[in-house]
Amino acid sequence: MKFLRNGAAIALAFAPVSGFADTLEDVQARGQLLCGVNTGLSGFSFTDADGNWTGFDVDMCRAVAAAVLGDADAVEYIPLTGKTRFTALSSGEIDFLSRNTTWTYSRDSDLAANFVGTSYYDGQGFLTRAELGVSSVMDLDGATICIKTGTTTELTLSEFFRSNGMTYEPVPIESDSEAQQQYNAKSCDVFTADASALAANRASFADPDAHVILPEIISKEPLGPAVRHGDDRWHDIVGWTLNALIAAEELGITSENARTLGDTTNSPEIKRLLGVDGDLGAMNGLSATWAQDAIAAVGNYGEIFDRHLGTDTVIGLERGLNAQWFNGGLQYAPPFR
Amino acid sequence: MTMNSTPTESPDAFRVSQLLSDTRYRAKTLQTIAGVLIMLFLGWLAANTLSNLNTLGKPLSFSFLGDKAGYDINQRLIPYTAEDTHLRAALTGLMNTLVVAVLGCLTATILGLFIGIARLSPNAGLARLARVYVEIFRNVPLLLWLLLIFALLTETLPAPDAFRGEDPSATLIFSDSVAVTNRGVFVPSISFNQPRFGWLLLGLIAGLSVLAGLLRSAAKRHQSKTGRPVALGLPILATWALSLMALVYWAGPTVSYPELRGFNFRDGIHLRTSLVALWLALALYTAAFIAEIVRAGITAVNKGQKEAAAALGLRGGQTMRLVVLPQALRVIIPPLISNYLNLTKNSSLAIAVGYMDLTGTLMGITLNQTGRELETVLLGMSFYLAVSISISLVLNWYNARVQLRER
Repeated sequence: MKFLRNGAAIALAFAPVSGFADTLEDVQARGQLLCGVNTGLSGFSFTDADGNWTGFDVDMCRAVAAAVLGDADAVEYIPLTGKTRFTALSSGEIDFLSRNTTWTYSRDSDLAANFVGTSYYDGQGFLTRAELGVSSVMDLDGATICIKTGTTTELTLSEFFRSNGMTYEPVPIESDSEAQQQYNAKSCDVFTADASALAANRASFADPDAHVILPEIISKEPLGPAVRHGDDRWHDIVGWTLNALIAAEELGITSENARTLGDTTNSPEIKRLLGVDGDLGAMNGLSATWAQDAIAAVGNYGEIFDRHLGTDTVIGLERGLNAQWFNGGLQYAPPFR
Repeated sequence: MTMNSTPTESPDAFRVSQLLSDTRYRAKTLQTIAGVLIMLFLGWLAANTLSNLNTLGKPLSFSFLGDKAGYDINQRLIPYTAEDTHLRAALTGLMNTLVVAVLGCLTATILGLFIGIARLSPNAGLARLARVYVEIFRNVPLLLWLLLIFALLTETLPAPDAFRGEDPSATLIFSDSVAVTNRGVFVPSISFNQPRFGWLLLGLIAGLSVLAGLLRSAAKRHQSKTGRPVALGLPILATWALSLMALVYWAGPTVSYPELRGFNFRDGIHLRTSLVALWLALALYTAAFIAEIVRAGITAVNKGQKEAAAALGLRGGQTMRLVVLPQALRVIIPPLISNYLNLTKNSSLAIAVGYMDLTGTLMGITLNQTGRELETVLLGMSFYLAVSISISLVLNWYNARVQLRER
């Protein structure tokens, strides 16, 4: 990753300024979307047994590729660690970042990243071995804690322990796989990360039942895709692709009926969204069927969630905050009009 | 050769074409042109970087160094909390870099010296063993050694858990004073009741060093006058030992032993696995190179010197210590300097094992939390440059001292 960082610095020195101007044109000219994803986190982005990238964040890349290029497979995945992701984004190495990344004020303003929305509402949790008999985060005084560096959890952890008058020994870690190795070797008592990531990690352990996720969630971690500052149209495209997936669930559009529903339905919003009526796509320089292509390729938000993270998967996460607004959750897409 | 312009007309007249045609000027002309081109290129690079940063909305600024860092660092040699600034975090990281560099250089030198001598041993088994060591460590990338050592330490050593309970599977060693765990080695620490113990210790060391120096030069004068050596080693050693012991006793030492409390061992000094792994990897790897340098240095000493020493009746060890090594040093020191520099710079692999050195703090977490890639990398580079140049200066001074003075 040091190479990457230097690479970014070199890119800043040599690359012409215009290279960042219009991401949509760049992507279309290239015929491929460069998508920054996690190096490996089951459920969110990992390579399956056949070597294909798969997961919740990966489907976001596929949806954007389908909307922009009409082909969900026209994606080159760039695996990034917590430390390299923003450099990769700001230097133009990737078109957008879809890597369980928390939306915060300073990242949005100072790091020159623009978050387009929240694809997953998360919070920081603690994973520990059941045999330690810890039932609350407040019992963790003096514990050794594995923590991924360059994350918001790193800062939250420090603040949480300090404000509660507790001490801890941080063990800085670069990736989830490294964290698993350290945690399983008992180099650390606790592994802290976003609760979803902890569930994903626990699911890949040999005996998941020997580990518990503590009840306290100590932070808000809204995870979402991010684009570079300075390209509003691209920001709109990625953001509204996410909204289209969320709206599709609300409107009952699925990967199966996305191609046909537009002709049979009476709902004007469905017709607009699927490009049967009006031309929303042209407003962003996309084809009329951009949302239809995206939904047909990856399914609606609920389908994506169930496929990768839901209760039927090994990760087994409830929808919780990520249910639709009418089901008591927070996922709420603005109207397509 | 016919001359169209008569030289007598204007012998010193300078024509512009001479800049290229005349060998007196040509070199300077070309150097000037090359210099200007390089400056232009660098200027363009800098200007383009700055304008790109401005386009990104991130103009070059070091003001982030004064902001609150917000993250914790596990190994702190200077007081640091998450409330301190990014600059303080960078300095904490720099201290960690220096510590592992100093430990690594010392260990690598001692190890390298012995292996280098062993390479030349008349004992074929020992020589071959040393050779195998050199080839194995020299020919595998340092990062792989580092990861291997770290994995071995974390996977094979017992966790603090193993020390718990009625019948623990692991116990402290050295009469219950040292705990070797996969989170690091916990050794007893000594603290003193006298608040100014550190200064007194420094004063004592300085005083004794001066005294020893004076005694040595007196002994030398005596030897050159009478030809008889004065055996000073033992008395000096005894003085050191006695006065240090007296000072320590007077200062009232308190030893605190590591003790398993809660999740971890508390008290004592905690040498983290990351430090131990990095230290070992750097030392073992660099020792292989130093061994070769030492071997080369010893081989460079004329065989006649050894034979002369033997003829004078010096024993093997004495020959090595008094005759061969002092001369070999002249060959050894210059390449040794560059190995020390390599080791210091290689310590930036620390992040692979989560050791919070300068790369991990300033060019790692600070970079990531503030998004100041260029600034942190530039700053990190200048820190390493400053450290490396300091090492070079000190060792070059030492090198100049041991060089043969030609008369």
